[in-house]
Amino acid sequence: MREMICIVCPKGCRLQVDEKPDGEIIVMGNGCNRGIPYAKKELTNPTRVITSTVKIRGGIHKRLPVKTSTDIPKGLNFDVMRELEKIEVEAPIKVGTVLIKNVLGTGADIVATRNM
Amino acid sequence: MMYDLIVIGGGPAGLSAAYEAYNRGIEKILILERDKELGGILNQCIHNGFGVHSFKEELTGPEYAGRYIEMLNSTHVDHKLDTMVLSISNGRDVKHVEAINTEEGYLSLETRAIILAMGCRERTRGAIQIPGERPSGVFTAGTAQRYVNMEGYMVGKKVVILGSGDIGLIMARRMTLEGAEVKACVELMPYSNGLNRNIVQCLDDYDIPLLLAHTITEIKGKQRLEAVVIQKVDENRNPIPGTEQTLECDTLLLSVGLIPENEITKNAGIALDRRTSGPIVNEAMETNVKGIFACGNVVHVHDLVDFVSEEGQKAGRSAAKFIKNELKEGQDVTEIKNGDRVNYTVPQQIRLENIMESQEIMFRVSNVFKDVNITVRNHEGELIKKLRRPVVAPGEMEKIKLTRADLEKANGLLTIALEEVI
Repeated sequence: MREMICIVCPKGCRLQVDEKPDGEIIVMGNGCNRGIPYAKKELTNPTRVITSTVKIRGGIHKRLPVKTSTDIPKGLNFDVMRELEKIEVEAPIKVGTVLIKNVLGTGADIVATRNM
Repeated sequence: MMYDLIVIGGGPAGLSAAYEAYNRGIEKILILERDKELGGILNQCIHNGFGVHSFKEELTGPEYAGRYIEMLNSTHVDHKLDTMVLSISNGRDVKHVEAINTEEGYLSLETRAIILAMGCRERTRGAIQIPGERPSGVFTAGTAQRYVNMEGYMVGKKVVILGSGDIGLIMARRMTLEGAEVKACVELMPYSNGLNRNIVQCLDDYDIPLLLAHTITEIKGKQRLEAVVIQKVDENRNPIPGTEQTLECDTLLLSVGLIPENEITKNAGIALDRRTSGPIVNEAMETNVKGIFACGNVVHVHDLVDFVSEEGQKAGRSAAKFIKNELKEGQDVTEIKNGDRVNYTVPQQIRLENIMESQEIMFRVSNVFKDVNITVRNHEGELIKKLRRPVVAPGEMEKIKLTRADLEKANGLLTIALEEVI
């Protein structure tokens, strides 16, 4: 039995997760359905959405906020940060614009999170 | 030109209030914003987790702001950027807003109603009086967030964070991802006021220690910060001698609380609540000055932007009613008092005449309590409503919904308290 905090939404449910000898994972304490896949993933392959910024020229600010379009394996967090360091974009950029396709082969894109 | 409504502040509260008032048929609306764009503090909150309630999806701060800005772009709501409001005043039939900007100079604007949506400010080193030298490298967490996320300046390499509110936790992760070493997150209280998910994904993910019941008792450094001394505190939050520990660092980020920003409010003679540091409001989010409303963090500091938008909507709806002469002045005023183990309530007053079906009351508890009853009692001390909660904490705003029938039993006074389960 393992206790973990669900990070899917700000509610932060306390989950009790039990891994049976046959590999079956039982989740309790989840306030909604999204808690179950989260707990299973957290035990097998924890993932996170990365949010950061990239350099932008000609914008109202010097940095453009970006995110991974889906969650990526947690172990790749710093590798993704290094990929972001390599690029520089030019304003205008629209929210949702893909800046790096399939970053590090994760299947996730790096997308702009605002217009600038 | 005479406006129907001037909204002070173009952050989430102001945007939502203006949008709602427009949808209720108010035509001449103006938003005044001191920054060079709309969106407020959301623009620097580049992390995700916003909008789970409002939009049923997880957005980043800029995305959340962008949705509202887009919605407003489809209306005739006007706005002025880079504009600082200096003062507001209340005339007999018209209200005045004095403001200034670099293009138009001094502006004297007239309006029928005002919504205050100025948000809040961070507490600083001065506010908590940390002893020691005064080197550079001591920032409030939000200032550092703006530098890193918008202006493109990295504020330091070896970081200590004081306070484990959400901004502190978010900045711990942010600084780590940007290559800094975050040595510790130091928290005075025996618990964190931040969301559990942020402790997991901002501290635990990066092995950053959370030192509960600790504080900083000295700041060292001539030009730039060189080290901070941390100490354990006892149950009265006093530093325990002999527990001193020196942490070398070049940067200290303070996440030690937010205070509603109410200089304009105060100068206009609007009554403030000492408990919230915001204006006293009634069921319509109206201050004690008729036609001046308030919403968002200028009233009380919220946990989630979704609730700020909701409150903005409430204020926008009420302002629209006021402008259309549909808001009743009300003779039957019920005061709401915080009882045992409750720190404040919003609203603080309810006029029964304006309640259709029910009224939600928000409040904060004074400490972490397990298995308690939230009780609402009337003027005579009779129980009107009781809700059992497995756990309550100061970091999580509580809400209780009272029906019109409940409110009719108040006899002028409601007391909200935490009571033991018997």
